[in-house]
Amino acid sequence: MSASQHTSHQYATFVVAGQFLGVDVTEVQEVLRGQSMTRVPLAPPVVEGLINLRGQIVPALDMRCVLGLPPRPRDPGGNESAAAVSPGAVSPGAVSQGAVSVVVRSAHGAVSLQVDEIEDVIELDAGSFEAPPPNIDGALRTLFAGVHKLEGRLLLVLDTGRTVERGISQERN
Amino acid sequence: MEDQEIIREFLVESTENLARVDREMVELERQPQNTDLLASVFRTIHTIKGTCGFLGFTRLEAIAHATENILSELRSGKRELTVELTSVILDAVDAIKRILASIETGGEEGPVFEQNVLACLRGVLGPGEEKDDEPARASEPRRSTLAADPAAGEESRQPKSSLVSDAGLRVDVGLLDRLMDMVGELVLTRNQVLQYNAQREDATLNTVSQRLNLITTELQEGVMKTRMQPIGVVWNKLPRIVRDLATMLRKEIDLRMEGAETELDRTIIEAIKDPLVHIVRNSCDHGIEAREVRVEQGKPARGCLSLRAFHEGGQVNIEISDDGAGMDPQRLRSKAQERGLLTAEQAQRLSDRDAVNLVFLAGFSTAQTVTNISGRGVGMDVVRTSIERIGGTVDLASTPGQGTTVRVKIPLTLAIIPGLVVWAGGERFLVPQASLQELIRLEGDAARTRIEYIQHTAVCRLRDRLIPLADLNQVLGLTSRRSAEEVSILVLQAGDAPFGLIVDTISDTQEIVVKPLGQHLKGLNCYAGATIMGDGKIALILDVAGIAARAEIFAAAEEEGAADRGAQVAVSGTLTSSLLLFRAGEFRRIAMPLGAVSRLESIPRSRVERASGREVVQYRNRLLPLVPLAGMLGSRAECQEEEQLHVVVYRAGSTDLGLVVDEITDIIQENVLSPYGSDRPGLVGSAIVGGKSTDFLDLDAVAGWANLAGEGSLANLRRMLSAGEQPAAEKGVMGEVAS
Repeated sequence: MSASQHTSHQYATFVVAGQFLGVDVTEVQEVLRGQSMTRVPLAPPVVEGLINLRGQIVPALDMRCVLGLPPRPRDPGGNESAAAVSPGAVSPGAVSQGAVSVVVRSAHGAVSLQVDEIEDVIELDAGSFEAPPPNIDGALRTLFAGVHKLEGRLLLVLDTGRTVERGISQERN
Repeated sequence: MEDQEIIREFLVESTENLARVDREMVELERQPQNTDLLASVFRTIHTIKGTCGFLGFTRLEAIAHATENILSELRSGKRELTVELTSVILDAVDAIKRILASIETGGEEGPVFEQNVLACLRGVLGPGEEKDDEPARASEPRRSTLAADPAAGEESRQPKSSLVSDAGLRVDVGLLDRLMDMVGELVLTRNQVLQYNAQREDATLNTVSQRLNLITTELQEGVMKTRMQPIGVVWNKLPRIVRDLATMLRKEIDLRMEGAETELDRTIIEAIKDPLVHIVRNSCDHGIEAREVRVEQGKPARGCLSLRAFHEGGQVNIEISDDGAGMDPQRLRSKAQERGLLTAEQAQRLSDRDAVNLVFLAGFSTAQTVTNISGRGVGMDVVRTSIERIGGTVDLASTPGQGTTVRVKIPLTLAIIPGLVVWAGGERFLVPQASLQELIRLEGDAARTRIEYIQHTAVCRLRDRLIPLADLNQVLGLTSRRSAEEVSILVLQAGDAPFGLIVDTISDTQEIVVKPLGQHLKGLNCYAGATIMGDGKIALILDVAGIAARAEIFAAAEEEGAADRGAQVAVSGTLTSSLLLFRAGEFRRIAMPLGAVSRLESIPRSRVERASGREVVQYRNRLLPLVPLAGMLGSRAECQEEEQLHVVVYRAGSTDLGLVVDEITDIIQENVLSPYGSDRPGLVGSAIVGGKSTDFLDLDAVAGWANLAGEGSLANLRRMLSAGEQPAAEKGVMGEVAS
């Protein structure tokens, strides 16, 4: 991210449980809405399911779970409640809340980040950028590349590589 | 026919290699110190020389041989690579190419004898080198002009594009894989178009989609075919291998092959090539006996090795059988013990069938002497590993004196496998057809009665066997939507033991393209991958072994506790836990692994004697110490008045022990849930088995209890006996407890 500190940078922004987040736009492959998802029983909670991306099987990470935020409303029991959904249907929380798939490229292939709502692509100057504040929880802190101070709100910039890695390391535990 | 095939292969291979030699020689000229390049050129020429030697192409051999000699001198540093020398070698390569072209068109080396080239080569080598080439030269004269069409000579002078290389292209398997993927995608798109078409009444769309359907199907078949090869490709090498081995070992072996046309995916052909050759070598070396031995045993002097390949249930079966000496299970048992792969008890408990399959364990070789053919102790385990890597199985059956049969089962292809679509908890899953044995559907009353419960664990009678059942919903933590009126059970093979998997509904079979799940789900062993279904949705492919392991949680826990079973697991690959249940005093439900039990006996109380203050019975001419289990556990036996004692005989170290129990209640194959340890002497812990809390016997403690004095005192006893003294009476806790 060092380059971003000297020039302006474009971010794809989205909201997860009220948090305003962004990823470097060059790391985003595409943004999809209402993707049908296949649940994977016994999968770690971080993995919400699998998405068929034109023949490619892509894991979808629940960003609320990755960030340790409360689960999406109407999906209180997490995966357990989804078991009652009709065959092949999307897990209720994922669709009824209009979850959006932000597909990012990573060292492990394409991975979808399931977010609540997608917002604009914004261009920001490096001047408003700062390292993540030290009082953010240690484990979570590593997921953020830094913070942009905007008018009235903060944009937390995600380190996509670490975010995707976290999905893997969590399930190993 | 086979010879033709060998020649064809030789041509293709040589043509390819020679193309490389051209490049390498040119490169070598620039960097003469590059020994790798030189070695590669040498290898190519050497191979050609060797191969054409036994194909009978003498002139080709002469040239290759002379070239090889030059290269050899270059290698040893006797000669420096000059431009002239490079030219001579390249000319020789060209000459070899011309002769190859001639063989290709006319089947003969052709009328053109590359006299100049050979003269050049010999000129370089000097007169001394010529001698060994003399016979070749002598055999060269015009014999071939008889066979060859004069025109062929003209052609070979100006080699046209080669027919062999024109007829076939080498295509990167990766490219074929990508094509296969794309065809898979096309199939999905086609399905969607067809679905859309079904909803419309559009004649044009209808015609177009029908055509799309047809073309897609043909394209799919075509692409799949590009990856298929007959197994004969591998087999063609075997007659020669067998012949050479037979000559070397002074045996007479006939090789019969059946089903060489059976087709397999290319990648699988590649993968089974070496294992197959290994099995054949083994059969020739260890299986088939020497001529004299055979005659002595009343067998025909010529041994017979037969290979059979056939399709069965979406798999290819390959059987390699010989009519040789077979294997002696007893010898294998003792071998396994010597190698420390099994303990004495484990070896004794193995069935004959399992015993012969010991050869697949790592570090196991039964060859009395290490020959240069086989018997180095690396082999059958590698065979097994490589076959299992491609999703196949290998199994060995042997009858001493009559022969051995190795059965290899492998999938047709790795890219596309047939799978059965099943539903559980509203989700769709695929079960690879290869592990499916049969389907059971129970309706109405049968649904309620045919599934029986032993302590809350479901079992099902399948003909005369009881098979354990697992519910896919429970295994995966899903909510079942099965109606009570009907039950669908898949009988699956996991390792050696079948088990039943209850699913909600069974739909149809489909050809599926297996896709990996990726890093995020790598830890889940219950899935073999995922696939994309006709409707564009993803379905998970179940890993049958993983599901079995997950359904029988204790298997893993027990492996740690009782290393005993390790060997059985290693041999059979299964992880089912069979337990013997019994009652002793206030302990109503005690379990021990069935594998540890030698026999169950009923012994009349009158036969109980006392020795060294403990109860013993004479059992098979030996003293069997009895351990009154209830007493040992600090409880009172209930059946003190009974005429017969119920005794569980099991082997502890070097001696047998008899556990006296009140009643043997059951033998079960069960899941063991929530085990926890115990500090009660004689028990290792407790767990839920079949819905009831069950104590697990500590076999080591029992052995310790019974064999108080241990080996040391036995040695004392022996010493005293030899000295003619009377052993002093032992003070045995055992005796006190027993009385």
